[in-house]
Amino acid sequence: MSAPHEWSATRIAAAVNAGEISAVEVLRAQQAQIERMEPEVGAFLSLTAGLAQEQARRVDEAVAAGRRLPLAGVPLAVKDNMCLQGTVTTAGSKILAGWVAPYTATAVARLLEAGCLPVGKANLDEFAMGSSCENSALGVTRNPWDLRRVPGGSSGGSVAAVAAREAALATASDTGGSIREPAAFCGVVGMKPTYGRISRYGLIAFASSLDQIGPIARTVEDAASMYDVMAGHDPMDATSLPRPVEPTARALRDDLRGLRVGLVREFDTKGLGVEIDAVYRRAYEQLAALGAEVVEVALPHAEYGLATYYLIAPAEASSNLARFDGVRYGLRVDGGSVQEMYGKTRAAGFGPEVKRRILIGTYALSSGYYDAYYVRAQKARTLMASDFERAFAACDLIACPAASSAAFEFGAKGDDPVAMYLMDYYTIPMSLAGLPALSVPCGFAGDGLPQGRELPLGLQLVAPLYEEARLFGAAHAYEQATRFGLDRVPPVLEGVR
Amino acid sequence: MSSGSGIDVRYVARLARLDLSEEEAVLYQRQLDRLLEHVESLQRLDVSQVAPTAQVVPLTNVLREDVPVPSLDRAAALAGAPAREGPFIRVPRIIEEQE
Repeated sequence: MSAPHEWSATRIAAAVNAGEISAVEVLRAQQAQIERMEPEVGAFLSLTAGLAQEQARRVDEAVAAGRRLPLAGVPLAVKDNMCLQGTVTTAGSKILAGWVAPYTATAVARLLEAGCLPVGKANLDEFAMGSSCENSALGVTRNPWDLRRVPGGSSGGSVAAVAAREAALATASDTGGSIREPAAFCGVVGMKPTYGRISRYGLIAFASSLDQIGPIARTVEDAASMYDVMAGHDPMDATSLPRPVEPTARALRDDLRGLRVGLVREFDTKGLGVEIDAVYRRAYEQLAALGAEVVEVALPHAEYGLATYYLIAPAEASSNLARFDGVRYGLRVDGGSVQEMYGKTRAAGFGPEVKRRILIGTYALSSGYYDAYYVRAQKARTLMASDFERAFAACDLIACPAASSAAFEFGAKGDDPVAMYLMDYYTIPMSLAGLPALSVPCGFAGDGLPQGRELPLGLQLVAPLYEEARLFGAAHAYEQATRFGLDRVPPVLEGVR
Repeated sequence: MSSGSGIDVRYVARLARLDLSEEEAVLYQRQLDRLLEHVESLQRLDVSQVAPTAQVVPLTNVLREDVPVPSLDRAAALAGAPAREGPFIRVPRIIEEQE
C-alpha cells in the first residue's frame, strides 16, 4: 500500500473523513517525505511544522465530532507571497526577509477552514517576477524531473513541492503565466481563474489588474476541488467578483463531445522544435478523438502581448512596490534623511529583476511618456480582449502550449531579460484578457537528456470569462484519456540525481 | 511612440527612490534600452479608435456600508516596523527645525 504523501488530495480527504487515517498520521508521512526531498529540490523557504501540527489536531477533532471537511488533512504548500498569520512571509525578497505576517490571506484561510495542513512557505521569483524561480533572493528550487533545470516561475516552489510529493496541493499566483508555465515545467496541473474569482486579500501585490491566485495539484480533480474552496466573493478585495461560483469538481467530464476547441492560427508550434511540435500535434488530435470539434481561430494581436504586458505589469509594480521604503515593515537601511533612507533601503532590499521592472514601470508612468507607453499598452490590451471575444464566438475552449519550451537549465537565459520574458509568450494574452486558463501535462520531451530521461510539457486550455467549470471539465477528460500527469513520477522520487 | 532619446536610467531611478551603483546604471541602461526596443512594436498598432482597458472585469466604484468592523490590532500592525517609539513608527527627521 502506498504512503499518504503519494495520494491525491481527494483520496487523503476521503480517508481522513472516513476515519481510516488521521490528519496527524498524514502529516507525519508528509514531513518525512519533505525531509527526504528538500535537500535535493529546495521547494520551501520555510517550514511551518508547528502550525501544521496544530491544524492536524484540529482537523482530527472536527472529524471525530462528525464533521466532514472538503480537504480534510490535505498537506498544502503556500506560495511565500501569501500571508499566513504568524509565519515569515518574504515574497522571495531580501526587503521582507524575516517579516512575519500579522493576518492570513482569504484564499489561504479558506483552505485551512476546509481542512488543509500548511506544511511550508514555497519559494518564488522575487515578488513573483520571473519565469524560472532564479530571481528568488532567498533560495534555489530545482526541477524534480532534472535537478540541473529550473522549476519554472514564478510559482517554482509551489509546483516543485507538488511534483516531488512534498505536498498534495499548493497555492500559486499568476500575473503573466506564473502558474501555468511552472506547472508545465514540473508536470503538474496549474490553473489561473477568471480575474476576480479568488480574493487577492493577503496576496503581496505585483500587478493588481493581472494578479490572480490559483491551485496547483497533481490531478485535475484535486485542482478543481481546491479552486472550489478558494473561489467566491470576498468583501476585503474590491476586485473580487460578486457572482455565484459554480462548483467545478462536480462538473468533470469524460469526453469532449459537443465542445468546439479552437487552435490559434498565430500559435504555430513548428518553431518550438520537431519534438515539442509533435507532442502538441498529438495533443490536438487527442482532443478531437475525445469528441471535440476542432476549429481554427485567430488572435491577430497576440504577438503584441509581451510588449503590452511588459509596460502594464511593471507600471503597476512600480506603484505597488513604492510601499517598500523602509518605514512600516521589512528592511530599513538608515540614512541621514528620509529620502536617503528610501534610496538605500530599496537599493539593498530589491534584486536586479525587481529593480529593472520598477525602473521601466516608473518610466512608462512618468510625465511625457504616460500616454505613449502606458495608455497605448492599455489600448492594446483592449484589442487583445476583443480578439478573444471574437475567437470564443467560434469555439468553446482554446488549446495551445503552456510555455515556449520544456524546463531549461539554470543560467540558460543569460542576462537578456527579453529572452526570459519569451517563456510567457503563450500565457500573457490570456492574463491581459483576464481569462481562466490552465496547464495540464500533455507529454514529454527528451531535450537532449540521456536515454530514458524526459521532461514534461503542458497543454494550455483557455475558457471564456467565468467558465471555470467548462475548463476543468475538459481538462479532466483529456487527463484521464492520456494519463500523462498520472502514471510517471519525477526521477528524484526514485533516487535519481 | 514618442520615446525620444529613450530612457535616462539615473533620472528614472531618482523618481523611483532607488539608489543605483555605477555598474547597475550601465547594466540597466543596456537592458532597458533592449526592452524599450521590444515594446516599440506597439507603435505599429492603430489604436486611434480604441478605448484603454484598466482591467477586464466590469466592476466600478465598489462600495460597502459605512459600518465599523474590527481591523488589524495596532500592536500587530506595528510589530513588523523596523523602528518604533511607543505607538509610533520612528523615521529620520522630515521637517527642519526653525531658527
